[in-house]
Amino acid sequence: MKLAYWMYAGPAHIGTLRVASSFKNVHAIMHAPLGDDYFNVMRSMLERERDFTPVTASIVDRHVLARGSQEKVVENITRKDKQEKPDLIILTPTCTSSILQEDLQNFVNRAASESKSDVILADVNHYRVNELQAADRTLEQIIRFYLKKAQKQETLDCTKTKTPSANILGIFTLGFHNQHDCRELKRLLNDLGIEVNQVIPEGGSILNLHNLVKAWFNLVPYREIGLITANYLKKEFNMPYVSITPMGVVDTAECIREIAVILKDNQYTSDVNFEQYIDQQTRFVSQAAWFSRSIDCQNLTGKKAVVFGDATHAASMTKILAREMGIRVSCAGTYCKHDADWFREQVQGFCDQVLITDDHTQVGDMIAQIEPSAIFGTQMERHIGKRLDIPCGVISAPVHIQNFPLGYRPFLGYEGTNQIADLVYNSFTLGMEDHLLEIFGGHDTKQVITKSLSTDSDLNWAPDGLNELNKIPGFVRGKIKRNTEKFARTKNITEITVEVMYAAKEAVET
Amino acid sequence: MSKIESESITFECETGNYHTFCPISCVAWLYQKIEDSFFLVIGTKTCGYFLQNALGVMIFAEPRYAMAELEEADISAQLNDYKELKRLCLQIKQDRNPSVIIWIGTCTTEIIKMDLEGMAPRLESEIDIPIVVARANGLDYAFTQGEDTVLAALVHRCPEIKQKIEEDSTASLSGDKRKNSILSVFTPRSQVSPNLQKKLTSKETTHSDHPPLVLFGSLPSTVTTQLTMELQKQGVTVSGWLPSQRYADLPVLNEEVYVCGVNPFLSRTATTLMRRRKCKLIGTPFPIGPDGTRAWIEKICSVFNIIPSGLEERETKIWESLQDYLELVKGKSVFFMGDNLLEVSLARFLMRCGMIVYEIGIPYMDKRFQAAELSFLEKTCLDVNCPMPRIIEKPDNYNQIQRIRELQPDLAITGMAHANPLEARGVSTKWSVEFTFAQIHGFTNARDILELVTRPLRRNQSLESLEWTKLVKSS
Repeated sequence: MKLAYWMYAGPAHIGTLRVASSFKNVHAIMHAPLGDDYFNVMRSMLERERDFTPVTASIVDRHVLARGSQEKVVENITRKDKQEKPDLIILTPTCTSSILQEDLQNFVNRAASESKSDVILADVNHYRVNELQAADRTLEQIIRFYLKKAQKQETLDCTKTKTPSANILGIFTLGFHNQHDCRELKRLLNDLGIEVNQVIPEGGSILNLHNLVKAWFNLVPYREIGLITANYLKKEFNMPYVSITPMGVVDTAECIREIAVILKDNQYTSDVNFEQYIDQQTRFVSQAAWFSRSIDCQNLTGKKAVVFGDATHAASMTKILAREMGIRVSCAGTYCKHDADWFREQVQGFCDQVLITDDHTQVGDMIAQIEPSAIFGTQMERHIGKRLDIPCGVISAPVHIQNFPLGYRPFLGYEGTNQIADLVYNSFTLGMEDHLLEIFGGHDTKQVITKSLSTDSDLNWAPDGLNELNKIPGFVRGKIKRNTEKFARTKNITEITVEVMYAAKEAVET
Repeated sequence: MSKIESESITFECETGNYHTFCPISCVAWLYQKIEDSFFLVIGTKTCGYFLQNALGVMIFAEPRYAMAELEEADISAQLNDYKELKRLCLQIKQDRNPSVIIWIGTCTTEIIKMDLEGMAPRLESEIDIPIVVARANGLDYAFTQGEDTVLAALVHRCPEIKQKIEEDSTASLSGDKRKNSILSVFTPRSQVSPNLQKKLTSKETTHSDHPPLVLFGSLPSTVTTQLTMELQKQGVTVSGWLPSQRYADLPVLNEEVYVCGVNPFLSRTATTLMRRRKCKLIGTPFPIGPDGTRAWIEKICSVFNIIPSGLEERETKIWESLQDYLELVKGKSVFFMGDNLLEVSLARFLMRCGMIVYEIGIPYMDKRFQAAELSFLEKTCLDVNCPMPRIIEKPDNYNQIQRIRELQPDLAITGMAHANPLEARGVSTKWSVEFTFAQIHGFTNARDILELVTRPLRRNQSLESLEWTKLVKSS
């Protein structure tokens, strides 16, 4: 048992449902107790979906406990088959139902023979994989199912398209800025003269999956979902894939170069050179390269930042901050524990230390200890930042509704670099303002609040100490206060006076 | 639908494929209500994910609840449940030092048959903190019924006899303490004006001439004060509330005590009060809407042989103050998809407001506990000359959507899973959960109910000139 208040990645069935409901005309039926269909609320609220989420529950209640699901699951599947006429129904176990150890595969087989739609059982272990791993697996399961089917029916046509083409794998519902990223990737491929064969799973149709193999290669923008599928396609159909996330100026160029290599290897084409395109985009379309040269960014040099998020975004962000903006990343971390090795390798040389954990208190402690000028993390880190009075840019799921903006906000590609530059710049206290505040001692007249959320009731601020604290500009006040208290605690001082404050300052500086 | 015009309410039962919140969500409001409690939800990642997403910002405010997240080793019984729970509860004791830990059993503990009720007393004596067990799981219950299971469990912890209160108040210090503890039954001191404090205390000390009355149901403290005062005006003294603001202040319950519910989903609590504590249950409509509030007070008064005074005027006045909203809702139709068990009371109130109720979906219908409310609904139908609505227990959301398409109600009261899709199809909606979190009880809050109900209608008015109401491509 684990005492937990918050988790970064959801339970496995959420991943399965995200993949299923991203496809067109696919219906998921959860084998779950009442109330477990919270996924529908999230999709409807966060994504502001106009359509009913194609997920229903076959309710597990007392009667089911007593007698087994018996006909209920089969009945629910065949009923949904008639009502909605989906192409595919995915039966999704939940952590509750998986303990029941009913032979769901048997139900699926029976239902499949009675319904027009295909029926499969999502094959994920609820106690071993999380949301992201489950999504990755389910996507592969579906693709494999349909390619195998086409092979059996001998309708699989592996002829490549005439002109270069690619599949984009891993864009799906409730993904962090996925819709915008998808648009940006399509634009990027279009610029390179590459057709988009299919985008999977978002908006993809089951009926077209057999055409996946016609593409020249696969593009897997995110580390978390799509890789298993890409590997499968490579192994079975010899399709190459590119898995460099085109996030940031350097990595976008890397991604494009990798695509060029694949196209060159391909017998159908001879002459590809994207270097001129990369140069043009880097210097003039994206503003990020110029931004890192500009005076503004100079002021960010050496400022401390902490990065935390899923493996893709945290790794890319760390590299962007360190390599493209000269910011010092004191700690980079991810909650994707299953991908820790890859993450370490990615951020090696770009940060002081690496943190692999899915315990948010550990992340909070780390941030409090480092006291960075800005945090780049998930919604959780945003709240940690609020408590510590440190600004935070949200770069990764889990997210709230404000991270599903209506406006165009990709994180990938060249437009993505602009968005990221804005995010970074706005997160740090603005350069000149920063200086002026330091020189003139701030312009806020707010009273000092010495009560913080952490339990520090053992310390007392003397009036003169408080008065002195008042003079310190607001944006560094929290930091100075914490440093002083830290110092006081180590010296066993309970009353903080002006003297203690200066002693603390000297102690820090020496 | 229009063909059904029977003389009495019809009850139907569908498949139970509907959307509602998991009953563990009750921790969200109960941990805030019972200030010195800590709620430990013993379940899986799924439960945790639900709480984290459903309760949104509360998670970040260092809430007094947490998950005891079961891992594979717990499920396969490789770990000892007792030792594991002891470890977590000791940690909670050390970090938060609550007066009570409430274990919320979930579907998983139910299926693996974890003996929470057996373990709690042992652990309780070992760590010296009361442990209350409530099985608020999705196998048996829906949404607000979670509160019902917790309150039913708390009944067993209420004292049977009052600690003897010395009548001599010579020892001023102890006297003050006593007064405070009585007061805190009603509301935290800070929220009561000194004037009211005096009133309440004086009322308490001058012995009322009716048997003790305890109200059950968790309401925000301002609302408990309002309802207490309404009864006070009629000379009825409320001796306590279940739950109380603090665990230590749970009300006395024995065979002399009369109990009355304030919410329609508290049937288990009512049963427990009657069977285990021999309390006498006052069956009434619920104090939702001015009509309901008046009926509620009248029934309580009648039990105590008190003739209520000024109630009719009070009700009329409230209705008058609602006039602007009533004009908006008059003649409009409403469809309750059903997910929180407040549906019957709300439908009854809205009918009285002049709305036409097409369907009352409800997760579970206890015809005995809601008997007074149901007959009040029938009476309201006759009074306003409205066809009897049908009550659909365990509704089927898919079928309901078909019926909504057919009927095109002016307002669908529904869960968040269906709200946006319905809006996109031109059907105005109101999220049903808001009724559980808003203050809707008593005379004072009638306006708040209509504020919620009319919000989509007012939104429609302000967007009226724009033509885009249906925002999906087909259908």
